[in-house]
Amino acid sequence: MSDTVTPDTPEKKPSGEGGKTGHYVNPAPFNPFSVDELTPEQERYYQASQWKIMWWKFRRHRLAVWAGIILILMYLMVPFAEVIAPYTTEHRDDDHIYAPPQGIHLFHEGSFVGPFVYGYEYELDMERMVHVYKADTTKVQPIRFFCSGQKYKFWNLFEASFHLICPAEGGTLFLLGTDRLGHDMLSGVIYGARISLTVGLVGISIGLILGLLLGGIAGYFGGLADAVIQRMIEILRSLPELPLWMALSAALPVTWSPVWIFFGITIILGLIDWPGLARAVRSKLLSLREEEYARAAVYMGANPSRVIRKHLLPGFTSHIIASATLSIPGMILGETALSFLNLGLRRPAVSWGVLLSEAQNITAVTVYPWLMAPIIPVIIVVLAYNFLGDGLRDAADPYK
Amino acid sequence: MGSYLVRRLLTMIPTLLVISFLIFLIIELPAGDYLSNQIDVLRKQGESASIAKLEFLRKEYALDRPFLERYLVWLGAWSGPHGFDGLLQGNWGWSFEFEKPVSEVVGPQIPLTIVLNLSTILFVYMMAFPIGIYSAVRQYSWGDYTATTVGYLGLATPDFLLGLILLYLSNRWFGLSIGGLMDKEYIDQPMSVAKLQSILAHLVVPTIVIGTAGTAGMIRRLRANLLDELNKQYVTTARAKGLGETRLIAKYPLRMALNPFIADIGNLIPSLVSGSVIVSVVLNLPTVGPTLLQALRSQDQFLAGFVLLFVAVLTLIGMLISDLALAVLDPRIRLGAGTSK
Repeated sequence: MSDTVTPDTPEKKPSGEGGKTGHYVNPAPFNPFSVDELTPEQERYYQASQWKIMWWKFRRHRLAVWAGIILILMYLMVPFAEVIAPYTTEHRDDDHIYAPPQGIHLFHEGSFVGPFVYGYEYELDMERMVHVYKADTTKVQPIRFFCSGQKYKFWNLFEASFHLICPAEGGTLFLLGTDRLGHDMLSGVIYGARISLTVGLVGISIGLILGLLLGGIAGYFGGLADAVIQRMIEILRSLPELPLWMALSAALPVTWSPVWIFFGITIILGLIDWPGLARAVRSKLLSLREEEYARAAVYMGANPSRVIRKHLLPGFTSHIIASATLSIPGMILGETALSFLNLGLRRPAVSWGVLLSEAQNITAVTVYPWLMAPIIPVIIVVLAYNFLGDGLRDAADPYK
Repeated sequence: MGSYLVRRLLTMIPTLLVISFLIFLIIELPAGDYLSNQIDVLRKQGESASIAKLEFLRKEYALDRPFLERYLVWLGAWSGPHGFDGLLQGNWGWSFEFEKPVSEVVGPQIPLTIVLNLSTILFVYMMAFPIGIYSAVRQYSWGDYTATTVGYLGLATPDFLLGLILLYLSNRWFGLSIGGLMDKEYIDQPMSVAKLQSILAHLVVPTIVIGTAGTAGMIRRLRANLLDELNKQYVTTARAKGLGETRLIAKYPLRMALNPFIADIGNLIPSLVSGSVIVSVVLNLPTVGPTLLQALRSQDQFLAGFVLLFVAVLTLIGMLISDLALAVLDPRIRLGAGTSK
């Protein structure tokens, strides 16, 4: 609303000069638009850009905001996994196989020591063939912070040994226990976030490109292209995803390096997942194409790519972002499932699914339940993406 | 209704053809085939005696032909080494790993796969229907909040992890093994009441595990749809006229919200079948899931291809049923263009 009249432009009004009539006129300047006038708050709202309003609306969705914060924190961990994790993924502690999680204590025999863990007392139960560990309360191993620990190659560029936390000299620090080979589970979970969190993003970008392209063609041009793409979408959507993912990733050569397998998996996830996005793009395009401003652009001679990019895309970007966010957890779960079945990534690559593949053996799980620890980050991330996606979807149409 | 059914069945034929081609393409993606890989291994070991036999077998199964021909032979639309003998003729192929026909390998697993998926669908609908209605009618009540929270958790917990957790907990708390299809003592026993009970008891956990995510999604969507309807004016009118609450909800808004609820099978079934495959692996159920995994690992292509085709057909039949149910419910669909989308 730009036609607001400010009250400080008074107009000359005929006042009752020399009046005998006793006619009273309010001397205050009269503003005929006072009804339409906006409070500063309303003005701010009406003049805000589409994205700003979306942000305001999104902010009201508390759960989504918190989910977003948690996700940002988790993604911040990704580049610095080497620094945060107390051990490297290659590190194997042969003396501590299937060691249970060490609890953090503060007081030892009544006196304050600061955060520390008790060392292990190890015993092999020959009857049941089970590794039995007990906390040895004589071995107090204070946790070191901002310390120099195991050497690693930071981003494969230079060697460093700085860690946020390290075990005591000569001690151990397995806060989530160790697995069959003596790998620290906590470090595995931290390193695993690298692959598990990025696989969804890369996969969704591939799915998004395909979805935008095919959905765009179907929605904008209609006719035969629409019919063919619609059929493809219907067929792909009617197929169960996981068996297809399994079959495709079984086709990845075992000789490939983990990096190539990673890209192979993301492409597979994206290849099967585009129909959902393509459908969203198509239906949105179909409705937006009929809007007056889009028609006007066509009549003025804009070519299709310009109409799509300049006029239609801004209208549905928010929707696409929301539905993309909602399909990321599916991809994360897909990678987890594939790696869990040993069809996806394998060691030395570490993802949450790779870690969970140790839990395939149910007898091991019942004796060493901490092998299931990577389930927790998986659930947190999937929940967070769902809440975030819900919030984004509600905010995507701010004028409703 | 009859013409709708015919039309719907006819559209399934090209779909099935495309799917079978896609699946054949996928299972042929890995380099070589089961036999040529074995030949390579033997050649490396310097054994030439059995190579001739394997070469003969490759010819037997038409593996030496070009891709398209192989597909058509598999389908039964091209003359193979034994004439027209493929899926269309009821020959499901040969499993190299088990050295048995595919029908013998997966035959016993198919009924259980169908039973498991059916019981899961029933479970999803039986749980989602009352809970969804309750959450919508008593919006923002404690029950609604509980259902929503549980629903979110159900959506976020991948089914195979849920299976793993339940497997662990039941073992821990009850000393019970819920894996497998029946208690050990009934294996290879003739069917009896006790055996049937054991099977049913073992089906409960997988059904819940596979169905949770689907149920959660269903509840959310039914709740949203019903809420949309409940806020419409005709509901207010009916209420103003003094219609009883139960009757009011059951008569109009529920019927409106039911359509998308039924149509949702289309989204539900593929994910349920996906879930049943991996949950069967985790819980060690004799469905086609573990067989598929094994076949994929050893590149037992005809077995893998058949199982993939089977699960695809299973979802297609499910969708057919959902479309028919919709057509019965909603005359607009059976009299209209025949497509619900």
